[in-house]
Amino acid sequence: MIKFLQGNEACVEGALMAGMRFYSGYPITPSTEIAELSAERLPKVGGKFIQMEDEISGIAAAIGASLTGKKAMTATSGPGFSLKQENIGYAALAEVPLVIVNVQRGGPSTGLPTSPGQGDVMQARWGTHGDHPIICLTPDSVTETFYLTIRAFNLAEKYRVPVILLTDEITGHMREKIDIPDPSEIEIYNRKRPETGDVYHPYGVEPGEIVPRMADFGSGFRYHVTGLMHDETGFPSNSTENARKLMDRLMAKTVTYRDDIIDYEALYTEDADWLILAYGGMSRSARAAVKVLRQKGHSVGLFRPISLWPFPEEALSALAGKVKGILVTELNYGQIKLEVERIACGRCPVEFLGRGNGEVITPEMLIETFEEVAK
Amino acid sequence: MQLELRLSGSGGQGLITAGIILAEAALADGKNAVQTQSYGPEARGGASKAEVIISDEIIDFPKVTRPNLILALTQDAAAKYVDASNSDAMVIVDESVELSPETGLKKLFRVPIIDTARHEIGREIVANIVALGLIVGLTQIVSQENLEATVIKRLPRGTEDLNRMALQAGYDLAKQI
Repeated sequence: MIKFLQGNEACVEGALMAGMRFYSGYPITPSTEIAELSAERLPKVGGKFIQMEDEISGIAAAIGASLTGKKAMTATSGPGFSLKQENIGYAALAEVPLVIVNVQRGGPSTGLPTSPGQGDVMQARWGTHGDHPIICLTPDSVTETFYLTIRAFNLAEKYRVPVILLTDEITGHMREKIDIPDPSEIEIYNRKRPETGDVYHPYGVEPGEIVPRMADFGSGFRYHVTGLMHDETGFPSNSTENARKLMDRLMAKTVTYRDDIIDYEALYTEDADWLILAYGGMSRSARAAVKVLRQKGHSVGLFRPISLWPFPEEALSALAGKVKGILVTELNYGQIKLEVERIACGRCPVEFLGRGNGEVITPEMLIETFEEVAK
Repeated sequence: MQLELRLSGSGGQGLITAGIILAEAALADGKNAVQTQSYGPEARGGASKAEVIISDEIIDFPKVTRPNLILALTQDAAAKYVDASNSDAMVIVDESVELSPETGLKKLFRVPIIDTARHEIGREIVANIVALGLIVGLTQIVSQENLEATVIKRLPRGTEDLNRMALQAGYDLAKQI
């Protein structure tokens, strides 16, 4: 069905199609439409929407709902994302499937509430304390927001990790044409549940399986959930050997299965001498710039990470060994640039065009910078 | 062929709604369209703008950089959003807006949009729809048929006649230019 939607609206459409039946959060610009539309739509499909007293309880209630077997989501922006960090760590350690949407605005602090930014990409990776697995996906269009929201739920269910859908004010608020598919065309992954009568080890992995089976709280399986290091029974354990086993297993999720998780777009990169690297809303500008630059005779391609974490390291590394340089552009002071420098590892120069004043970098600005650095 | 439009005014004047309507009418005409917006933290007041790009092709960069058409309903919005760098752009301002004669704009029109809504239709709230009728009457960027259908679809039930009158008043203003 053809619709004309905002990215934020497409996110809710995707979430509902993925099976979201619980939303809790606290409204904040520029993410509010996600809460607004979830409030309208969830009761119609037998779901629940709760506006909580703040962002902390917003994610906490979603964690609780997920433990009872519902697919849950919360959305926020700017300072709200900071408030959610502690519970993101809890969800990572307790292995609670969850989708957290962050529609990035200008920061730090209250910053620029109605303007775009991309200053949360490192916070999305390391915002909560301690080593932890995280998956972070970033869409560049209304249609991709729809599909990545579905993917975020599927990955959360499959790997029992919190998944961050990292959008920005550009993709969140822009309206575009979207063709919403029939639900029968969409692949949905649901968490594995234990069989009745089994001896249940809530944090023990069955042979041949990826993560522990997850019983719905209240369904008859008694178990304990904690943010402390725990053994297979779910009860706290101070054993260093147990902590090593648990952390190794958690941290391996996004490494062992990275080929299933990692996603990126490489446009005109086969013959490219130079790359422009952009992601999320900024890649719209980069795509337009790359097309103009190619018309002007430059051999340039676009590399766009769709999964920011884990980062498409192998694909970028292969290209970094071939090109004369990479121009990274993002709406911050160079966060993903650090990652690109690490991967390029001195094999080619990494140039940068960024800003953090709430303005979008236009294709014209990018073309001008490219022609300066790629002489 | 890509058309870039900027509709500006004060928050609450319905310019974002007008932008959505224009973009949806363009989709109904079989074209591509993207709509974006920019506004301050206020719920009402403040300068607000909606931007629409209409194209026969894929639209990569969603923001307007070189508008072909600018509408400004208030002095504040005109000061902030009328971009004189493209002197060929069509600029439509409400008659209450004063622009320096030195702008060099070749296609500048001052039109009683708000006054028409207030006195001819009797409801200032339809100034955005009068403006849509005026823009489409002047430029034919979308078909009048799909414009009207989209206005009726997007706006609350019970306001059909009011909005049809507002569209017609806009078309009439266009004919007088």
